[in-house]
Amino acid sequence: MAKIVLDTLRHSYMPNPVQDSDWALKQLDLQWDDGGAYALLGPSGCGKTTLLSIISGLLRPTHGRVLFDGADVTDLPPDRRHIAQVFQFPVVYDTMTVYDNLAFPLRNRGVDEAHVDARVREIAEMIDLTHMLERRAAGLTADGKQKISLGRGLVRSDVNAIMFDEPLTVIDPHLKWQLRSKLKELHQRVRTTMIYVTHDQTEALTFADKVVVMNEGQVVQIGTPVELFERPQHTFVGHFIGSPGMNVLPCEIREGRAHVAGTAVDTATTGEIGALTGEVRVGVRPEFIRFAEEGVPARVVKVSDAGRFQVVEVRAGDLPLKLLVPEGMEIPSEEARLAFDPAHTQIYRDGWIVA
Amino acid sequence: MNKTHDNKAWLFVLPVVALVAFNAVIPLMTVVNYSVQETFGDNVFFWAGVTWFEQVLQSERFHDALLRQMFFTFSILAIEVPLGVAIALTMPRKGPWVPVCLVLMALPLLIPWNVVGAMWNIFALPDIGLLGRSLNALGFDYNFTRQPGDAWFTLILMDVWHWTSLVVLLAYAGLVSIPDAYYQAAKIDGARPFAIFRYIQLPKMKRVLTIAVLLRFMDSFMIYTELSVLTGGGPGNSTTLLSIDLVKIALGQFDLGPAAAMSLIYFLIILALSWVFYTLMMRNEQQ
Repeated sequence: MAKIVLDTLRHSYMPNPVQDSDWALKQLDLQWDDGGAYALLGPSGCGKTTLLSIISGLLRPTHGRVLFDGADVTDLPPDRRHIAQVFQFPVVYDTMTVYDNLAFPLRNRGVDEAHVDARVREIAEMIDLTHMLERRAAGLTADGKQKISLGRGLVRSDVNAIMFDEPLTVIDPHLKWQLRSKLKELHQRVRTTMIYVTHDQTEALTFADKVVVMNEGQVVQIGTPVELFERPQHTFVGHFIGSPGMNVLPCEIREGRAHVAGTAVDTATTGEIGALTGEVRVGVRPEFIRFAEEGVPARVVKVSDAGRFQVVEVRAGDLPLKLLVPEGMEIPSEEARLAFDPAHTQIYRDGWIVA
Repeated sequence: MNKTHDNKAWLFVLPVVALVAFNAVIPLMTVVNYSVQETFGDNVFFWAGVTWFEQVLQSERFHDALLRQMFFTFSILAIEVPLGVAIALTMPRKGPWVPVCLVLMALPLLIPWNVVGAMWNIFALPDIGLLGRSLNALGFDYNFTRQPGDAWFTLILMDVWHWTSLVVLLAYAGLVSIPDAYYQAAKIDGARPFAIFRYIQLPKMKRVLTIAVLLRFMDSFMIYTELSVLTGGGPGNSTTLLSIDLVKIALGQFDLGPAAAMSLIYFLIILALSWVFYTLMMRNEQQ
């Protein structure tokens, strides 16, 4: 087990990167605490897998260092970093039995058979594979194979971290829940650092203690699921997490207050905002807007029922907005006024939150 | 079960039946017909029963040809399959060299078979051929037209040159279908190169290799063109394989009966061995 530090990491797949867009990973400084359950969340192509490959050693970064417990491992190959990785598509050694599959990483390192046997049986017990240890791995279902991949990661007691690269993509929906809670449970038992890459916010939020959100090759926010939800550091996080995502509205700053569609709104931002330059926006989640007597005038355009609440699309002037109204609440038929919860309304400048 | 009974389906199968009848069944039946009769010319035939089959099966000449055939086929399989896999393993999986390698590999397969025979015949001639002269210049007493050992050496070399590519291409197709994740997982699991070959590459190549072995087995068992141009079965009878012997009997001596019987035996041997090969190789798959 180890604390993993990424120091001024940059990576490009091109031999001579010149412009900003040539970098798959822009400047990155990150620290993964020992024993944490992390999720790496972001849209496809944001650099998640690149980052994972750099940590596991499958890829050497163009710039920067990777430190495990303070030791520089940037130039070490994957097998010497003592990490485990579970891939998107299950990787099993077809000709071997489940038992031999699990024993493979240990035998490759010359561990004696008695110890191998003890470990394999212990791990098989943990991931419910005991009854099929003698079966050939080739005949298993996708979730069975993915369990083997996971087991190969867990079987070594000296792994620094286990990494998951979208491991549930090929698993049936009803088994996803099972495997996900199994992972959570395993993490609590073994307390190994786990890094879970996904583009699915539900997966990330249910698995992780801390979520690292990435976009376009950089980390936009690191935080607990609650932090990401209540105080997105970047409009991207607001958009990407939550369903529907945060409303990001153009605004005018007059007399030190933000005005949306001509009406002043109170925000959680305490600093001086009168002198802000650049693109200034107000961000507020649909959960934190309600219909009120006073506030921003708006017109109801569309109501869709999502079960426990209703998603209401409105227009304030020309601005499209969404808000969530709990089930059973009255929805004004046409003209309405919107109140923003000041504690959860933030001001963003060029995408980033203003303190 | 609700089955629709509609005999119209037979109508649609008819063209295929006709085609197969004309290009396979009828010719085969003619051979069967010849194999049980005796003729002295003038299109007069007499019933001969299984005489020809007995004669062929008991003839030393057939036994020798069959042994030579077996020796040839198993030699080239023993060389071409491992060599083909080895070459496929060294070929690049990505990048600009892939098409270059593939075209180079496919070249020998594109050359007409009689041209291959002629090429190697000239190439190996001890007085003017590059190979023949070089070997003699190096001090080897090499003459494939006179020494059986040299004839065999040249024959096997020619077949390896001509057909290893087929194994390479098939093995390569199996190799490129392995996702990168397998290699990455193996690296993380600390697998050595041999373990990667044994547990990832070989199992993934198994299907295509089965096909490669079957194709090479059947083709080499029927080799005629290249061999007849290269050595014509000589010197003496030393490289007379089954097909060469068959042509000698059928067209050289015009012994239609024995030749027909031999054809059928020849055909059944290939069929039986192919079946054995296939079942053996597929049996592991089932487990």
